[in-house]
Amino acid sequence: MKITTEKINSNLVRDVEEVSGQKVSACFQCGKCTGGCPVVWAMDIFPHQVLRYAQMGLIDELLHSKTLWICASCQTCDSRCPREVDIPKVIEALRLIIMREKGGNYLHPNDLPARVRENAPQQGLVSAFRKYAK
Amino acid sequence: MRYSYYPGCTLKTKAKVYEDTTLQTAKALGLEMVEVEEWQCCGALYPLNTEEHFSLLAPVRALSQAKELNHEKMVTLCAGCFNVFKRTNKAMREDGELRRKINDYLEEDYLGEVDVVHYLEVLKKDIGFTAVAEKVKKKLEGRKIAPYYGCLLLKPRNEMDFDDVENPTIFEDFLSALGATAVEYPYKTECCGSYLSMANEEVAETAVGRILKSAYKSGAEAIMVACPLCKYNLEEYQKQLQDVAGENGKMSVLYFTELLAEALDV
Repeated sequence: MKITTEKINSNLVRDVEEVSGQKVSACFQCGKCTGGCPVVWAMDIFPHQVLRYAQMGLIDELLHSKTLWICASCQTCDSRCPREVDIPKVIEALRLIIMREKGGNYLHPNDLPARVRENAPQQGLVSAFRKYAK
Repeated sequence: MRYSYYPGCTLKTKAKVYEDTTLQTAKALGLEMVEVEEWQCCGALYPLNTEEHFSLLAPVRALSQAKELNHEKMVTLCAGCFNVFKRTNKAMREDGELRRKINDYLEEDYLGEVDVVHYLEVLKKDIGFTAVAEKVKKKLEGRKIAPYYGCLLLKPRNEMDFDDVENPTIFEDFLSALGATAVEYPYKTECCGSYLSMANEEVAETAVGRILKSAYKSGAEAIMVACPLCKYNLEEYQKQLQDVAGENGKMSVLYFTELLAEALDV
C-alpha cells in the first residue's frame, strides 16, 4: 500500500474523526486494545492497526476490512486505552460511511436463519439491525 | 419504597421469566414497581457516534414519563436497556446542545432529573444484601454458580459507574446473600459476542465456548446473568461444552432474579 500526504489529509479522515468524535492521532500504538479484544482472532485488521491505518489516511483499506463487522462494541478496548480513544466509535464511523451508501446494508432480515428469527431475543435483533443496516 | 419501572421489549416476550421473577421478588421485599406509561423500545444500543440524536428520542421520552411518576429512581433489568438509559441520562445532564435539541423535538423539558438504576443496585444499596439475606427462606446452600457479567452493565467505565470494570463483585456478593457459592473463573466479564450471534455466528460461538468451558471446568453447575442477549448466546451454543462435558453436557443459564425468587420462595 502507498502512503501519501493527500491520503493523510483527506476528507475521509476528517469525516471519521467528526462522526466518531475521536482524535485518531491520539493513539501511540501501545496495543492494549488488540491484546484484550475477545474477537481479535476473526479480524483481518487489528484494533490498534485500525487507528494506525486511520492516522495514515488508509481509509479505503479500512472500508474493505472484515474487522468493521466483527467488532461487537464490547468496549473492553476503550476501557483500557491509556489515551482514551474510543475505538468502537471509530469503527462505527467507518461502518456508517459504508451503510450510508446505496446498497450498503450488511444484514437483511432474510439473511437470518429461521432458528435465529424464532428464538433470538428482541434485544439481539434490534441491536444487530442497528449495527448492520440503515 | 416506590420506583418507576421500565421493562423493555424483551422482558415482555422472550424474557418473560425475567420480568415475572423481578416483580414477584420485588413484592416480597416490599418494593413497589410502577411501570412507566406508553414506553417504547429504548433502541437496544447507545449510538456510538456524534450525530445520531434521533435514536435517543425514545429513551428520553420514557425518562420524561418516569419523571411524571414522581419517583426518584427508574429501575431497569435488561443490560441493554440499562446501558442505553444510563448513558442517555448522563448525556442529557451534561450536554446542553443535545438537551436543547431533544427537548425541542419532543416538546418536553427533561433535564436528567430521574436516576437510572439496575434492580441489582436497588437490592445492594437501597435494601442491602444483609437485609436480603435475612429474607431468604430457602438458602441456596451447596449451589455452585458462575457469575457472568457481560459488557453492558459495566462499560464504558466512566458512564456506567456500576462496579469495577476489570473485577466486579456485585454478582458474587448477591450470590453469597442467597447462600450460594460464586465460582471463580477468568471469563466473567469477557464478551459473549453480543449481536454477532445474528450475523457472524461462528465468532459468537467461539466467544461463548470459552466462557462455558471455563465455567464448567471451574465446577459451576449454572451461570447467572442479567442480560437476555447473554442468556440467549450462552444457551444457543451449548454444544461447545461437548469437549469438556461429554456429548450431553449442559449448563443451565439463569437470570439472577430466578435465583432470588427461589431463595425467597416466591
